[in-house]
Amino acid sequence: MKAMSDDTQPAAVRARGIVKSFGTGDTQVTVLKGIDLDVYLGELLLLVGESGGGKTTLLSAIAGILDIDEGDIDVFGVPLSTLPAGKRTTFRGQTMGFIYQQFNLLPVLTAAENVAVPLLIQKAARPEALHRARIMLDRVGLGDRAEFLPKNLSGGQQQRVAIARALVNEPRLLICDEPTAALDGPNGQKIMELLREVGRSPDRCVIVVTHDSRIFHFGDRMANLTDGRIVGIERIKQEGTA
Amino acid sequence: MSYVALKMLFGDRAKYLMLLCGLTFAVMLIVQQGSIFWGLMIWSQSSISNLNVPIWVTDPGIAQVEEVKPIADTAVDRVRSVPGVEWAVPLYKGLLRARLTNGEYHQITLTGLESSTLIGRPAEVLGGRFEDILQPDAVALDQWAVERMGGPTVVKVGTIFELNDKLARVVAIAKTQKSFTNVPVVYTTYERAIRYVPRERRTLAYVLAKPKDGVPVEEVTRRIRQETGLGAFTDEEFSWKTISWVLKNTGIGTNFGTTILLGFIVGMAIAGQTFYLFTVENLRQFGALKAMGASTLTLAWMILLQAFTVGLTGYGVGIGLATLFGFLTARGGGLPFVETWQLLLLVLIALLAICTFSALISIIKLARLEPAIVFR
Ligand SMILES: Nc1ncnc2c1ncn2[C@@H]1O[C@H](COP(=O)(O)OP(=O)(O)OP(=O)(O)O)[C@@H](O)[C@H]1O
Ligand SMILES: [Mg+2]
Repeated sequence: MKAMSDDTQPAAVRARGIVKSFGTGDTQVTVLKGIDLDVYLGELLLLVGESGGGKTTLLSAIAGILDIDEGDIDVFGVPLSTLPAGKRTTFRGQTMGFIYQQFNLLPVLTAAENVAVPLLIQKAARPEALHRARIMLDRVGLGDRAEFLPKNLSGGQQQRVAIARALVNEPRLLICDEPTAALDGPNGQKIMELLREVGRSPDRCVIVVTHDSRIFHFGDRMANLTDGRIVGIERIKQEGTA
Repeated sequence: MSYVALKMLFGDRAKYLMLLCGLTFAVMLIVQQGSIFWGLMIWSQSSISNLNVPIWVTDPGIAQVEEVKPIADTAVDRVRSVPGVEWAVPLYKGLLRARLTNGEYHQITLTGLESSTLIGRPAEVLGGRFEDILQPDAVALDQWAVERMGGPTVVKVGTIFELNDKLARVVAIAKTQKSFTNVPVVYTTYERAIRYVPRERRTLAYVLAKPKDGVPVEEVTRRIRQETGLGAFTDEEFSWKTISWVLKNTGIGTNFGTTILLGFIVGMAIAGQTFYLFTVENLRQFGALKAMGASTLTLAWMILLQAFTVGLTGYGVGIGLATLFGFLTARGGGLPFVETWQLLLLVLIALLAICTFSALISIIKLARLEPAIVFR
């Protein structure tokens, strides 16, 4: 089944009228000026726009790690603003995975241990968590690097570890901020292929912020965030399946 | 997450060692200074503990053991007649000058024991026979007297010296605990002691007594006070009285107190600062953990685990080093160093306070941390 952006289907992420400012008085800047955005299950949504336009701010808001000034965000039907901070953190741990430009792996942990961290946070037993982490590393093609420290892995490999870590909890929403920015062309393509595959699964969706036009074709839809507003959403033509 | 916390702690070896050194130093300083302090306090009352008798009777206005306030000779019989007293004997104690054959003068404490029982005699003898002080002109010395008066080549069993122009012949060397003032102790019988000293109206310094079996020592001291009007103390009471007098009337308490407080503050500063830096440097990592769903409580647990792990390791190493120091320097009792479990417990509490303080400033930082920083 290929759900894509069927408008009859409820949105996985539903943002309405998001406003967010930083600072106060003269130095106050309104970064998000009323954002409406829907993300559907089974799709990979690209979020593009000029630097400083507010893409990261929007992602943080959707993740529930940044409080907004106005508007509502529902994630899988749960209004984030109604959740107290502790519940929101747990909810995030159970439903979302994150991938960053800077990987953010723990340097003292091996690849497998890094991948196991979200499970450990959910209080899984260590042997069980490590076992599942190794399976996940296998799936991103790093089965033979499980005991390596991040510093002994290439950038592309580190990002694959980060993806394995983001996926190990079976999150339904994957949030990626410039996942290929620190990687060269071929490595970026490999990472996007992986994310594409994740986004295809009918009970998941992926949001990818990027500047990199070489990876645009991996998206299903592309939203353009400029000057604090979504100025256009276009469907991307798929050139066959990857 | 305990596993992750410990890996983060040990993973940054340089910082871990710095933390460990700071805490170890603080613990070592406090334990070492505390033990020396307590050693000095023990020394200040060693003329009580060296005699090892349960009850001391003397002038009620006495402040500490070295301050002799002679009482009437009749006191011995009056104490003996108090119900519950098993025995009571006189003790002479006074300062005198000894003149060696080489012409040197030394101030000494003359201790006169009751001759029929020799109650209050040292338990251990290093040379000669203590009973021989019953012979004419015979005295015994403590080992510190030998040391102070010129060493074992100058003073030994058989050595003859003068006390107030009267002859004294060393027949035994006794093993005792060193005293605070380190004045050599010369033992002789009570009767001979008062012949050595210039004539005074009163010569009785203390009456030493023991309660009958089954009568509590506190009860007997109370009765002695009531019936004789004299001051009567258990040896423990008298020791504490002496220690608190020393604390009040010398700068020792303040001196050591300052050093110990300094160790505490320096330890707190080093540990708090390093630990805080450690947390700040790992802020992105903690932010990532928060984004992945780790609660503030979980992060607080991780921080506390890290703090207490390094803290307790520092405690162990610090005590080990301080004990080694004590063992090496205080062997043979020449330097004051008494490590008690009370001190170790106190240091443990101080250390836990340091760790909690260090962890707390980090936890506050993390509680305020916006996980959004990980996107930057
Ligand atoms: N915590 C903050 N405090 C103050 N200003 C902030 C904060 N976070 C973001 N901003 C400001 O908000 C604006 C948007 O930032 P944001 O990081 O969302 O942009 P972006 O679209 O992700 O840019 P880029 O493509 O360069 O990553 C910027 O002007 C930034 O300076
Ligand atoms: Mg950004």
